[in-house]
Amino acid sequence: MTDLPTKTDRTLGLVIDLDTCVGCHACVISCKGWNTENYGAPLSDQRPYGTEPMGTFLNRVHSYEVQPEQGNAQTVHFPKSCLHCENAPCVTVCPTGASYKRVEDGIVLVNEDHCIGCGLCAWACPYGARELDQAEGVMKKCTLCVDRIYNENLPEEDQIPSCVRTCPAGARHFGDLSDPNSDVSQLVESRGGFDLMPEMGTLPVNKYLPPRLKDSWDDQSLLAPLLEPVAEEPQGFLGWLDKTLDKLPGGTA
Amino acid sequence: MADGQPQLDLSPKVSDEIRKTTCYMCACRCGINVHMKDGKVAYIEGNRDHPVNKGVLCAKGSAGIMQVNAPSRLKKPLKRVGPRGSGEYEEISWEEAMSTAVGWLTELHETAPHKLAFFTGRDQSQSFTSFWAQHFGTPNYAAHGGFCSVNMAAAGIYTMGGAFWEFGQPDWDHTKLFMIFGVAEDHDSNPIKAGIGKIKANGAKVIGVNPVRSGYNAVADEWVGITPGTDGLFVLALIHELMKAGKIDLHYLAQYTNAAVLVDAETGLLLRDEDGKQLVIDRTTGKPAPFDQKGVRPDLSATYRQAGVTHRTVMHLMAEKYLDPQYAPENVAEKTGISAQKIKTIAAELARVAFDEAFELDQEWTDFRGETHKTMTGRPVSFHAMRGISAHSNGFQTCRALHVLQILLGTVEVPGGFRFKPPYPKPVEAHPTPHGYGRPGKPLAGPHLGFPRGPEDLQLNEDGSACRIDKAFTWENPMSVHGLMHMVISNAHAQDPYPIDTLFMYMANMSWNSSMNTSGVIKMLTDRNDDGGYRIPRIIYSDAYSSEMVAYADLILPDTTYLERHDCISLLDRPICEADGAADAIRWPVIEPDRDVRGFQSVLIELGARIGLPHFLNEDGTPKWKDYADYIVNHERRPGVGPLAGFRGEDGDQFGRGTVNPEQLDKYIENGGFAIEHVPDAARYMKPWNQDYQDWAVKIGLFDAPQPYLFQLYVEPMRKFQRAAEGHGDIQPPDHMRDRLKEVMDPLPIWYAPLEDSSVDPDEFDVHALTQRPMAMYHSWGTQNAWLRQLHGENPLYLPTKLWEKHGFAEGDWARVTSVHGEITVPVAHQAALNENTVWTWNAIGKRKGTWALSEDAPESNKGFLLNHLIHELLPPKGDGLRWANSDPITGQAAWFDLRVKIEKADPPTESQPALDPIKSPVPQGPDHLEWKVGK
Repeated sequence: MTDLPTKTDRTLGLVIDLDTCVGCHACVISCKGWNTENYGAPLSDQRPYGTEPMGTFLNRVHSYEVQPEQGNAQTVHFPKSCLHCENAPCVTVCPTGASYKRVEDGIVLVNEDHCIGCGLCAWACPYGARELDQAEGVMKKCTLCVDRIYNENLPEEDQIPSCVRTCPAGARHFGDLSDPNSDVSQLVESRGGFDLMPEMGTLPVNKYLPPRLKDSWDDQSLLAPLLEPVAEEPQGFLGWLDKTLDKLPGGTA
Repeated sequence: MADGQPQLDLSPKVSDEIRKTTCYMCACRCGINVHMKDGKVAYIEGNRDHPVNKGVLCAKGSAGIMQVNAPSRLKKPLKRVGPRGSGEYEEISWEEAMSTAVGWLTELHETAPHKLAFFTGRDQSQSFTSFWAQHFGTPNYAAHGGFCSVNMAAAGIYTMGGAFWEFGQPDWDHTKLFMIFGVAEDHDSNPIKAGIGKIKANGAKVIGVNPVRSGYNAVADEWVGITPGTDGLFVLALIHELMKAGKIDLHYLAQYTNAAVLVDAETGLLLRDEDGKQLVIDRTTGKPAPFDQKGVRPDLSATYRQAGVTHRTVMHLMAEKYLDPQYAPENVAEKTGISAQKIKTIAAELARVAFDEAFELDQEWTDFRGETHKTMTGRPVSFHAMRGISAHSNGFQTCRALHVLQILLGTVEVPGGFRFKPPYPKPVEAHPTPHGYGRPGKPLAGPHLGFPRGPEDLQLNEDGSACRIDKAFTWENPMSVHGLMHMVISNAHAQDPYPIDTLFMYMANMSWNSSMNTSGVIKMLTDRNDDGGYRIPRIIYSDAYSSEMVAYADLILPDTTYLERHDCISLLDRPICEADGAADAIRWPVIEPDRDVRGFQSVLIELGARIGLPHFLNEDGTPKWKDYADYIVNHERRPGVGPLAGFRGEDGDQFGRGTVNPEQLDKYIENGGFAIEHVPDAARYMKPWNQDYQDWAVKIGLFDAPQPYLFQLYVEPMRKFQRAAEGHGDIQPPDHMRDRLKEVMDPLPIWYAPLEDSSVDPDEFDVHALTQRPMAMYHSWGTQNAWLRQLHGENPLYLPTKLWEKHGFAEGDWARVTSVHGEITVPVAHQAALNENTVWTWNAIGKRKGTWALSEDAPESNKGFLLNHLIHELLPPKGDGLRWANSDPITGQAAWFDLRVKIEKADPPTESQPALDPIKSPVPQGPDHLEWKVGK
């Protein structure tokens, strides 16, 4: 079985804002595009023009409905990819050492040369974040675009994961979560970022920012008073209008 | 590196070269960086410098790589050899294809140009395609606006000189409250998502008004799950509340709108001076004055007595209309499905943010009356809406109501509110009127599509019959400014108003998801006369892909994909500007086609020359332009003004106006595929009334003289049509149209129930049925895309909890859905976040078997379905001997969302019903697996 590093130099990961994710799947396809062309084997597609088309994706967006006890049901779009856990069960379960967590930045990767496609890691991952590529027979997962974030062939501003670069709503943030002063740590702090399924003990690095309270206007006790009429009838309104116009700049009042 | 960690190449080569062009995966037109490896497309990302998307890119954009390799791409011109609809074709040479088309079209041009109906669908080159049609001489041209969002565009232009999306955008930097109507997932795409992200980060609130809580409505802080078709009533209730509370911007209304303009008590027309200028009463002198006189203080509450008649202001009429209790929240709650309390709360919040959170922007500016202001007043409330409220038969007036609401709050063109994008704002007076009378061998006198000012601009023959095949600009829909593409096939088949010879279409899936009554339209396309000839004799179609429409054409002209062509996204057309800049863009062939296909616009150039259209020929008879790229650079619409504004003049340093620059396309390519000219600081807001803006717009050629104007709360052209219906004037509607025109052509916004409600029994058909397109496919010509179809390959009918439980549905069940017109049997799914009387599905997922290079067992053609089978282009007979169009009676906009249905549980069929026969595919089926990696 494979060991996890006792400590990593940095803790790189994503902070995903569930308050602004509109569920557009931009991140899903950008990821598919970059990682089909780059790191390791291409992300293949089976029956791409047939029944039950099924391809490998490193990032998917799920949509859920939440029904509060009172009030309207809500829709939450939930993007999910590898969370690069501190205590990654997918690494420790790997029989060949193919799955590993990088000491430098904590990114969890699969060394495809050593992967035998046994699938144990996918079973061990409580998040369902790994997919076995059906064409290549190797395990694929989010690399946090390790071939972008240090890539000197890219302009500095583009040295971020492709999903973050493309997200139209700005719902995805990338950075070092071990640095309390980083933008991502500050976001987690100010917005109450949370771990996905903390009870699993995986210590996920990626964090989610919760949706803001919805439909608060349905609770009248929280609101400013409603509008006071100045008139009920057109005649009264015109009288009010006449008086008020005098108070405008240049008026007589 | 730790022991055992493999050595990684952290700086792999990304690509050999980046080619920057413009996306065409939808109508958004983002800038893209196409990464090339070994001459092939390796990766597509957003262009950070581009004004539309500023680097981001949606799912469609990134999936463009699967569009360029799509197996459904047509490969060669095709000639139909079997009966229409069979899909039996023979590949032919371009020369044969062109000579066939030239033969058909030359004869029509010379003898009866109106017998050509030329309609383009998702066309982004309308300033060119309309130019071609104008010079061909047929009155029968339009693009797809009539079945999309003409209500929004037309209502915006008539009311305030522009609408949403391409016309303008919220002030994302300053807005604090953003209210979005009926746009769950679309129009436009990336800028709305980016804007919502930005304002949320600034702490702004979002109100979503939509029966379906998906997409933008899912992230809205407050959701208003309105009953479809009642948005206008809801907006008028907000107006009622705001006026009653005096929460309207009186200074703004007096200075910048026609609220203070006097209405002639006898005619309902606006009072004008000898120069035709609208008259107000000056509050300082108490006397009438032209609206634009220096120092005038227009009096909103004035009356003006003249020759024994008392004339009143528009504001008077509005007070009378909107303070009426019929618009009180309590009286609209049941119809709209929104509680009175919630309507009042929203009105209060709109007022609070607009007035209590008002701010001053430290920017001096001078208005059109010559008065200089030290600051600009911001009102941080903004709105957005598109198809959801447009695609109803009351959509025009609903869109008008929304624009009037924004204006009453004083939020249009102010900081924090809604901002126009150049070349807008542009009042009706700056737009052409419609032109429709052709003569053999001659061009039309002007563009087809324009803005009627009154009955004199209708396009009617002397006997009162329609000049156009789609009956645009007739009494049935007087202000149909985008035409009625959804009526073309139906009218051509009925030979009403006349038979045509050739139907020529581009990128419009009219035998499938772009038509109402799909099965009926298919019958019309294949119907024959007694002599065995087709009722619509000839059909030419251009498309890049094997769409459903291909099978119904006689001649197919295969188009390129968007990465293989030249295009211009022009200021003469539907531009891509920002509120702070005028911008345009190009496409250029970043790859060459690997098939025998040609860009459609280049084909039109060649057709124009070979038919002998004078504007397409030099004086010596040689073709004026080699291809579309040549036209883009060398055509001048007015002296010095051409399709592209950037890099004009001898040195290529002029924007807007300037001589032709032969290097222009190279300059665009060097600049990332676009050009932008920023609006000067003092001109950024208050554009319709801002001298600096008006002067800048003239300088760059948006118009030729300053044209400040007032927002038209009261739309006089509508009153002219209404007055004609009352019996005034020489041009008179038929008697059976009078009552409807009197009602709907109200010059102030009104609400009436969707027309279908009065044609069907609402108790029997008690459920509203809608469609929308998912964000990953909105406005896309690529739903067969290998990656995108894995996101949205199925489209169940979504049912709210009330209906789900009432009928005892369970997962995997099917429903029979019946409208007054038809019946479908389809899979269902439960959605709680949905108006309780509404069902909906994704549009255009369903596919015909044998199309788009999909296998016949693909879910799209087995479980997928179209709601279109339930919607007819005509309303059911009412017993008056007439058939009324299922369209807005003002603009002719297709009323897709008026649909009412009933639902019952059904035994699961083997596939969705109706199941149409497979078509023989003109292309081979796609591969059964993909491992796409172009670099080694």
